[in-house]
Amino acid sequence: MSETLTKMIFGRLSLESLPLHEPIVVATFAGVALGGIALIGALTYFRLWGYLWKEWFTTVDHKRIGIMYMVLGLVMLLRGFADAIMMRIQQSMAFGANEGYLNAHHYDQIFTAHGVIMIFFVAMPFVTGLMNFVVPLQIGARDVSFPFLNNFSFWMTASGAALVMASLFIGEFARTGWLAMAPLSGLDYSPDVGVDYYIWALQIAGVGTLLSGVNLVATIVKMRAPGMGLMKMPIFTWTALATNILIVAAFPVLTAVLAMLSLDRYVGTQFFTNTGGGNPMMYVNMIWIWGHPEVYILILPAFGIFSEVTSTFSGKRLFGYTSMVYAVLVITILSYLVWLHHFFTMGSGASVNSFFGITTMIISIPTGAKIFNWLFTMYKGRIRYELPMMWTVAFMLTFVIGGMTGVMLAVPPADFVLHNSLFLIAHFHNVIIGGVLFGMFAGINYWWPKAFGFKLDKKWGLVSFWCWVVGFWVAFTPLYILGLMGVTRRLRHFEDPSLQIWFVIAAIGAAIIAVGIAAFLLQIFVSIRNREALRDDSGDPWQGRTLEWATSSPPAAYNFPFTPVIHDLDAWYDMKSRGAKRPVTGYLPIHMPKNTGTGIILAGFSLVIGFAMIWYIWWLAAAAFLGLLITAIVHTFNYDRDFYISAEEVTETENARTQVLARLGA
Amino acid sequence: MSADTHGHAGQHHGHGHDHGHDAPHSTRGGYITGFLLSVVLTAIPFGIVMGGWIADTRIAVGICAALAMVQIVVHMIYFLHMNSKSEQGWSLMALIFTIIIVVIALTGSLWVMYNMNLNMMPGMDSGAGM
Amino acid sequence: MSATTVTTGETPVFYQLEEEHHEPGGSTMLGFWMYLMSDCLIFAMLFAAWGVYGTSFAGGPTSHELFELPLVAVNTAMLLFSSITYGFAMIAMQEQRQGAVQGWLALTALFGAAFLGIELYEFSNLIHEGAGPWRSAFLSSFFTLVGTHGLHVTFGLIWLFTLMVQVARKGLIPANVRRLQCLSLFWHFLDVIWIGVFTFVYLFGAMR
Repeated sequence: MSETLTKMIFGRLSLESLPLHEPIVVATFAGVALGGIALIGALTYFRLWGYLWKEWFTTVDHKRIGIMYMVLGLVMLLRGFADAIMMRIQQSMAFGANEGYLNAHHYDQIFTAHGVIMIFFVAMPFVTGLMNFVVPLQIGARDVSFPFLNNFSFWMTASGAALVMASLFIGEFARTGWLAMAPLSGLDYSPDVGVDYYIWALQIAGVGTLLSGVNLVATIVKMRAPGMGLMKMPIFTWTALATNILIVAAFPVLTAVLAMLSLDRYVGTQFFTNTGGGNPMMYVNMIWIWGHPEVYILILPAFGIFSEVTSTFSGKRLFGYTSMVYAVLVITILSYLVWLHHFFTMGSGASVNSFFGITTMIISIPTGAKIFNWLFTMYKGRIRYELPMMWTVAFMLTFVIGGMTGVMLAVPPADFVLHNSLFLIAHFHNVIIGGVLFGMFAGINYWWPKAFGFKLDKKWGLVSFWCWVVGFWVAFTPLYILGLMGVTRRLRHFEDPSLQIWFVIAAIGAAIIAVGIAAFLLQIFVSIRNREALRDDSGDPWQGRTLEWATSSPPAAYNFPFTPVIHDLDAWYDMKSRGAKRPVTGYLPIHMPKNTGTGIILAGFSLVIGFAMIWYIWWLAAAAFLGLLITAIVHTFNYDRDFYISAEEVTETENARTQVLARLGA
Repeated sequence: MSADTHGHAGQHHGHGHDHGHDAPHSTRGGYITGFLLSVVLTAIPFGIVMGGWIADTRIAVGICAALAMVQIVVHMIYFLHMNSKSEQGWSLMALIFTIIIVVIALTGSLWVMYNMNLNMMPGMDSGAGM
Repeated sequence: MSATTVTTGETPVFYQLEEEHHEPGGSTMLGFWMYLMSDCLIFAMLFAAWGVYGTSFAGGPTSHELFELPLVAVNTAMLLFSSITYGFAMIAMQEQRQGAVQGWLALTALFGAAFLGIELYEFSNLIHEGAGPWRSAFLSSFFTLVGTHGLHVTFGLIWLFTLMVQVARKGLIPANVRRLQCLSLFWHFLDVIWIGVFTFVYLFGAMR
């Protein structure tokens, strides 16, 4: 009787769900618990909870939300990289009789978690965070179109991340790879909670991402400053527009296919089963219809960053702005026509494979055009090799090679040899690290002074840079070689000892990258410590060309006391060169949205729903769902969502800035 | 696009767009027309299928599909007030883009799965049964 | 000081110094439309699944055997009527006739509830006959596609009731007008999806 009651209350959650028999996990938990207690203790001791709640957790300010996304991405980068180091170590030692230190059960979770975390909880938050912070500033707006939704989106993403992290300590994670292919991810082959953690983490985070996409598209379409026609938008804003259109158009597909998978697992439907008329190949098809646009969602903002950085640090207008815009639009459309290249080997036949092989090769062309435009921008420019520019040059060299290996893979016969080999792994890490991650580092170094009022330390930035660039090549060149030799991905043990040297070199590369990450953290720490020496008072430390550099560093809550009027591309450069005078009187009250706790509460309910569904605790799921619904409905009864910043307060803020600028002799 | 105002109080400065007053104006006539058209466009396919009016299934399928498309357009125009002016043409552009993606995803999936089933699932029928 | 257009010879104006008339909720309609487009894509993938699985009967009951077209015709009528009653609610809203708005909204809810009731009846019958969503891929995709549409109608009804309360309390203020317009888009969009459902699922399925 009590067993039934226990099952009713706790679902399939039990003491066995705690991985007490896995020493590595126990040690990790101990570390996390200690660190967590220390952090919570410090926050309590310094009485920061009120501040955090009022100024950060409930904020609807796009700048703060952007920063929170970046913090989330950074924390998850450390977790995802830990997974990578573990894999590298295992693969460098597990030959012949040596089984390594990770059993298959654990190893499979690690490579799955590594992929899921890096794509969904590192790259996406970084990209979303930068777009959130920068785009409203670049278009001369005060915030995004839907500030509350923005806050909600962030917390939904954080909830998804929390679920993935929870899987480490309660239960286990999926062992299916980051895309959880059926039928392996179905109930027959993965009856445990792992795939359910995966599904709910992604569905919850996916809601956040989709709404963020809607938000930014509406913002860019509706909230541009007067005079900023589409062809006068900064190029980063263009790439943000394309990216968010892709998000709105692609994420519903992920929602649908994961919903179908969860119906298979919860209700017993036959979508992707081997019996009952199901077809696992449909899963592969659908997941990649999402998956390919997803990688363009990641890379397009990076392209935008590189355009801004190249132009700023070459002291020249971007070469071929119009062709850059068209390239972005063409890439957006074409990204929907290539998805089958991820499963050439699944057996659709020559006609289908040829079609998608050709479209895949075509999509490399607009990207190539962009590379040429960046080079032409640099040509005859006065190039300053600040960190953002260094990351950009590293990107050009690294990403182009990665792209070339992509074109190799685009040829179906070649792909039949290379599919799911380490060559593929090397290729996508090449373009994601060389493209997306280098872009994020460029963006972080570029916009950090805008966000915080002081630059990042250059010395530690250089250490981080060189370790990343050298480390990347040392880590992944061996993988290209191994892939060409035929070594398959996702293996934790090898028989052929002649392969070991390559894995050892790769592990050394990973260690160098680890130093790079440590240097990045040090860079942040040192910069904060030395922030007075690194301070930027002008708001324009790089001689920027776009509107965000017209504001103070950090910008006031309202961004612009007066909405700028735009006349040309590179609006801030235009204003500077035509002697625009910053108005110093006549400030007006400014209409702003209020902070709200509803976002974090709704996301909290979603987290509980996810957890309850994973563990089959039906009463809890139902209760949390009711809570979610009621909270959402009650929120809509609150019509009082705005307030005014008084003219006096604006005047005070702006006068302070006037004085600072005067001291600089501006 | 330059800012243009005549200094009127309350006049909206923008890149030319209206307030929410570019919300479409519904008319009784419009709704009734749309409704009647929809009734006809629904009755015919139901009649064809339930009454067996057309012998050749493929023709019946074709006509029903075509009438569905027409009725969707009727709904778009008369109920959803779709036109090229709403939201400065962004609504229509979003719709067209969505339709393109839907067509790609649908036809692509059907084509791919048809071929997959043909090559990889001996014994199954074509799989793309529509 | 007012912002003026740039004319040759004059210093260009770089700042908008007048009171900015920022329309609250100016992005709402476009934002909601974009959300609807994303919803459209979810349905598109469910239709794709139907396209692939529509004849995967797995030796079980077929669409020809199961579908009762007269009931579907009644259901279609319910939804279509609910669309026109909502349309009349919007006209009353334009004319600022709050009582009429509430009346038409209530009628819409009635038709919507009738639609859901009939659909639930249909689903429970199918399950009793052994034709539940687990029986075959055909039934999985049928229940998921039609069920997802029904779920949307359910949420639409919850939203509609909430709006009726909010209109009763605050009247036809701009915020409520915007919300009614959004629900209008949502409601008609559901009817558009239903056109696809009754055609490609029920009519085609019955012909197989």
